[in-house]
Amino acid sequence: MTVLNANEIGYYDLNKKIVECADKDITVTDAMGQRYIGCGVAGKTITVEGTPGNALGAYLDGSTIIVHGNGQDAIGDTMNNGEIFIHGNCGDTTGYAMRSGKIFVKGNAGYRVGIHMKEYHEFYPKIIIGGKVGDFLGEYQAGGIIVVLGIGCDGKVPVGSFCGTGMHGGHMYIRSDEAPKGLPVQVSCEVADDSDKADIREYVDEFAKNFGYDTNTLLKGRFYKLSPNTASPYKQLYTHN
Amino acid sequence: MALNYFQPLFDVIRDKDRCIKCQACARQCANEVHRYDGDLDMMISDSQQCVDCQRCVCICPTGALKIVDNPNKFRNNSNWSQQIMTEVYKQAETGGVLLSAMGNPKEYPVYWDKILLNASQVTNPPIDPLREPMETKVFLGKKPKNVSFNEDGSVKTETTPTLELSTPIMFSAMSYGSISRNAHESLARAATELGIFYNTGEGGLHKDFYQYGSNTIVQVASGRFGVFKDYLETGAAIEIKMGQGAKPGIGGHLPGAKILEDVSRTRMIPMGTDAISPAPHHDIYSIEDLRQLVLSLKEATEYKKPVIVKIAAVHNVAAIASGIARSGADIIAIDGYRGGTGAAPTRIRDNVGIPIELALASVDQRLRDEGIRNEVSVVVAGSIRSSSDVVKAIALGADACYIGTAALLALGCHLCRSCQTGKCNWGIATQRPDLVKRLNPNIGYQRLVNLVHAWDHEIKEMMGGMGINSVEALRGNRLMLRGIGLNEKELEILGIQHAGQ
Repeated sequence: MTVLNANEIGYYDLNKKIVECADKDITVTDAMGQRYIGCGVAGKTITVEGTPGNALGAYLDGSTIIVHGNGQDAIGDTMNNGEIFIHGNCGDTTGYAMRSGKIFVKGNAGYRVGIHMKEYHEFYPKIIIGGKVGDFLGEYQAGGIIVVLGIGCDGKVPVGSFCGTGMHGGHMYIRSDEAPKGLPVQVSCEVADDSDKADIREYVDEFAKNFGYDTNTLLKGRFYKLSPNTASPYKQLYTHN
Repeated sequence: MALNYFQPLFDVIRDKDRCIKCQACARQCANEVHRYDGDLDMMISDSQQCVDCQRCVCICPTGALKIVDNPNKFRNNSNWSQQIMTEVYKQAETGGVLLSAMGNPKEYPVYWDKILLNASQVTNPPIDPLREPMETKVFLGKKPKNVSFNEDGSVKTETTPTLELSTPIMFSAMSYGSISRNAHESLARAATELGIFYNTGEGGLHKDFYQYGSNTIVQVASGRFGVFKDYLETGAAIEIKMGQGAKPGIGGHLPGAKILEDVSRTRMIPMGTDAISPAPHHDIYSIEDLRQLVLSLKEATEYKKPVIVKIAAVHNVAAIASGIARSGADIIAIDGYRGGTGAAPTRIRDNVGIPIELALASVDQRLRDEGIRNEVSVVVAGSIRSSSDVVKAIALGADACYIGTAALLALGCHLCRSCQTGKCNWGIATQRPDLVKRLNPNIGYQRLVNLVHAWDHEIKEMMGGMGINSVEALRGNRLMLRGIGLNEKELEILGIQHAGQ
C-alpha cells in the first residue's frame, strides 16, 4: 500500500501522483478539499482520510474509493463502474448520470442525488444512502436503484421535495413510515413487498457490513417503492409543422 | 369526414405525357405521396403528405414530376399570414406544440450578405494561390501569451493540447440517432481524409467509428449519453454542449421509438426508452461549476485533449464567453440562431437567440478588450453557407467554422425540414434501414471531401485577392470588411466601416 499525504498539495499534483502510482492500493491522508480524486481511474483502491473535494470518482472506471470523512458535490459523476463508500455525509448531485457501479453513503446526502442515472444491459447503478437526502432525489432517473434508509429519521420521510421529478426508469426504495408527498403523477408509489425487499437485500447487506448495521433490522421497516408510472408517461404532444 | 381547415403546402404536378408509370416515385416516397391505381391504370398523388424533399423529382427517369407551391391561398393579409393561420388550425386540431426541423427559415437579416470583402489594387499586390504558397492550416486551443526559449533553441514555454485543422472548417455536432449510420460514416471518413474534425453530438460513438477517433470530437451534454472512459479517450477533443443555436435554453428528447438496437447500444440506454437531455446540466449553475466539469474531463483524460464549450448565441453572449474563457476551456463554439436541428419547437427555433455574425463580433471584441483572446479559440456555427461566409467569419474574429446544414446538403438533403418525422427519403435523418441504405457512404464521404476542397480553394482565392497568404493573418482583420446597407449600430457591433468609407 502506498500512502500519499495530501497536506498542502493541490489537486493537480495529488491526482497525478495517484494516476502514476504503480501500487494499486493507495491511501491519501490529510485530504483537504482536493477535487477530482480518482477521476476516471480504473483498477485501483483509493482510501481517503479527510475530506475530498468535488467530483470524487467522476467517470470512475472500476476502482474502489473509500472515504473516511465527508464527501462533497458530484461524487461519482458519470461513473461507469466501481464502488464508492463514504463514511460520512455527502453533497449534491451524487451519482449524476452514473451508468454502473455502487455508491454507499453512511450519513445524509444533498440535493439531486442520482439525477439522470441510467442502465444498460449488465450496467446497473446502485446508490444506497443511510440517512436522508435533499430535494430532487432521482430527478430524470432512467435506470438503476436508489435506496434511502432514513436511519435516524424516526420513520419520517427521509427525502426532500420534488422526489422523482422526470423519473422515467429504474426504481427508488425509501424506508419510511409514510409515503413521500407530492410525487408527480408519472411516478407510482407502493409499499414494497417481500420480493421487492429481496431485490435490494444484497445492497442493504453490503451497506450494513461496511457501516456496522444489521441487515435484517434495516429491512424490517416499511419501504416505499417508487417506479415510473407507465400508465401516464411523460410526453409532450407535438404537431409536425 | 372531418373538415380540413388547411390545404396542402405543395402541389404534385405530373406530366402525363412523360410519365411511364414505372412507379419509381411510389417506391421512393416514405411519405406515401405517390401510388399506382391498377383499375384506373394511372399514378395518383396525395399532395397533403408531400414535404417537398424533391426525392421523386430527382429519381423520375422521364422528368415527369414537379413539386410546386400550392397556388391556393387564403385571403391576403399582411398580419395574419397563411403560415400563421395554418399553425393556428393545426394547434386547434391537435393541442400539440409545433415541432420543426433544420434552421430558422424566417426572413431575418443575413449579415453575411451585408458584408463585403476587400481586394488589393496597385499598392498591396494580390497573391495567386495557384502559384504561390497559401496557408489555411489552423490550430485550435489556447495560445501562450509569449514564448520563451531554452539556450539550445528549443521552446521553453509549456503549451496545451490543440487541434490541427488543414482548413478552418469542421462538421457540426449531429448525433447518431438524429442522423443515420451512413451519414455518420460519411462525415467521419471525410473528416479523416480532409484532416479536419467531425462531432458525435450527444449520442455516443458507434464502436465501428472508433477508428476515426483522431478526427472525432466527442460531445458531453446534459444527458451524458454514451459518455465513458473509452469514449472520452477515443476523441481528439471533448465538447461540452451547453446550448444549441436552434433551441437555446431547452434540452432534447429522442423518443423511444427511435431508440433501435444500434442507437440503443451507442447511447447505452435500453431499446425503446426515451432519451431525455435535460435543458440544463444540473451540476452547472455558474462559471465555477462549468470549470469543474471542464477540469474533471481534463483530469479523466490526463490533460491530453482540448475541451470545447458550445453555447447558443444569446443576448449576453459576450459576457458568457468571457466566463467560459476563464473556465479552463480551450475552445468556445458559438451556435447562431439559424443553426440546424433534427427537431425543435417551432416557436423556440424561430424566435430565440441572435445572429452569429453579431455574436461573433461582440465576443471577439470582448475577449480582446479583456486581454484574454489568446486563452481560447472561437469556432462559429449557425448557418455558414459558403466559403465567403467562412472568410467573413474569420475576418470578424473566428478561428474556424462548424458546418452542419451545408454538410447535409452535400449528402443529398434538400432542406424539406421534416427531419423530426424520421422518414428522410435521402437516408440522412432516419433510422429506417430501407431509407438509410439509400445514402451510400462511399459516395457521401467523397461529396463531403469535394465540398470542403472546393471551399478551401475559394478561401485561398479570396485571401489571395486581399494580399493575405495565411488564415492567421486574416483572423480578426476587420479592415478587410465593409458593411452594405447597415445602420450605424450594426456597423458598431460588427466593428466594421460602411462600404465607401
